[in-house]
Amino acid sequence: MKLPLTLTIDMFERLPVPFGLVRYGVAPDHPKLKQPTLVYDKIARSAGFAFLGNVAVGRDVTLEEVRSTHHAILFACGAELDKRLGLANEDLPGSRTATEFVGWYNGHPEYRDRSFDLSGDVVAIIGQGNVALDVARILAKPVEELRSTDIAAHALDVLAESRIKEIHIIGRRGPAQANFTTKELRELGELKGYSTEINAQDLLLNPASQIELENKTNFSAAGNVEVFRSWTARVPAAGSKRIVFHFLQSPVALHGHERLDHLTLEQTELVGPAFGQTCRGTGLTSILKCNLLFRSIGYRGRPLPGVPFDEAKGVIPNIAGRIGEDRGLYAAGWIKRGPSGIIGTNRADAVATVQSIAADLDSLDPRPKPGASPLRPLLASRGKRIVGYEDWLRIDAVERSRGESKGKPREKLIHINEMLSLLES
Amino acid sequence: MPHIVTDKCQRCRFTDCVTSCPVACFHGDDQMLYIDNAVCVDCGACVQVCPVHAIYEQSDLPQDKLEWLTINAERAPQLPVISDKQVPLPTAESRKRELGY
Repeated sequence: MKLPLTLTIDMFERLPVPFGLVRYGVAPDHPKLKQPTLVYDKIARSAGFAFLGNVAVGRDVTLEEVRSTHHAILFACGAELDKRLGLANEDLPGSRTATEFVGWYNGHPEYRDRSFDLSGDVVAIIGQGNVALDVARILAKPVEELRSTDIAAHALDVLAESRIKEIHIIGRRGPAQANFTTKELRELGELKGYSTEINAQDLLLNPASQIELENKTNFSAAGNVEVFRSWTARVPAAGSKRIVFHFLQSPVALHGHERLDHLTLEQTELVGPAFGQTCRGTGLTSILKCNLLFRSIGYRGRPLPGVPFDEAKGVIPNIAGRIGEDRGLYAAGWIKRGPSGIIGTNRADAVATVQSIAADLDSLDPRPKPGASPLRPLLASRGKRIVGYEDWLRIDAVERSRGESKGKPREKLIHINEMLSLLES
Repeated sequence: MPHIVTDKCQRCRFTDCVTSCPVACFHGDDQMLYIDNAVCVDCGACVQVCPVHAIYEQSDLPQDKLEWLTINAERAPQLPVISDKQVPLPTAESRKRELGY
């Protein structure tokens, strides 16, 4: 996209390292999906772009300070909080979140100190999206296959001791509404040592679901149902561990004294028109014994001081990416739209917000602004070490060289102190 | 797993795909776009945004479209990258209807 002006861009990132979910969300055994970093690298090296890592707007520098030095601010901080089930006992030991598990195995500094007890037989994962599949796959994959990835070393050690034999993936809607991408779903059916199971009854779709499936633009649903159907024809190998998909089931109670012991699941039914179906409880319940549960039912944004926030949706309220009435505040990505879509979806979303910015250029404050320059000594006086892109490249080089001796693409530095000490040496 | 643009792109050329490609792997001539699979990271975003489902992952490619794997591989590297959305061909809407979308 060509703009009539040359822009200078300062990117503030709370962590010392860039790339967000591509580094900390994408699973370690999906290295190809981390390649967008090559595109980000080109952008980061372009003239007029500066990366300011280890700086949290709202904590280290105020929104007002950034507004006074820049003509416009775009929030692309994502949706990092997990959605809760809203049940009593949700914080019992054993009731965990996909968010923390993913952050932990991906070496995110803020999740390093979590611990997971994988000594029980049975794990339940609540959710019907790709993150639920990632959790299942990382739990199920033979550890030898993970050793050559960039998974955090502390996670490998724990996964190597896992005694899990059954993984239950539980969702309140049907197979035609599951939010998996077909490729990831198929992948789960190809795991060594595990059989994927689905109740053939769940594949008898109601009329509205059938209509949804027949819609030619509903590619994922058709692909997913085909994969599920193919699994009903398989005979599990003797001694297989199991991944069991449950549909039209919603957890309604968690039970346990000192830790999670079992769940009560309620059967649901879908009501409403095609593409507008919602779930309703039927009152029919069943029990699933398990000591470990991961909820993976979506994310919410974290409110930022001084910025409007929609509590109900967990996003910054906006119209076409514009926040509020004053020109100059914008949002892109999950903090704008909610936690939907995949990596590429955010590119189209960002383009749309930039189009709003481009249209507003004439209404922004016409006076020149200094950009990040005056903020640098200010942050230094507050004891903050700004991590620039060249600093990241040093961290990157160390991670890759540490990984090389272990046959990994990189061994991630986990603690922020470790990253900052490296830069001082 | 290569992703492939098929003949369904011809007479449409919507270019919605390029807006969601995180690695700018689309190349184009006047008729249609092609994917450079050396660059594609299999994120699948383009498959879902094409109004006529012209893009397939190799394992989903219909039997009668297998030749498009080679065509994409040959033509993409020789053509310019298209990374901004362009105006579709004048026949796009009628072609879309013709394809059943």
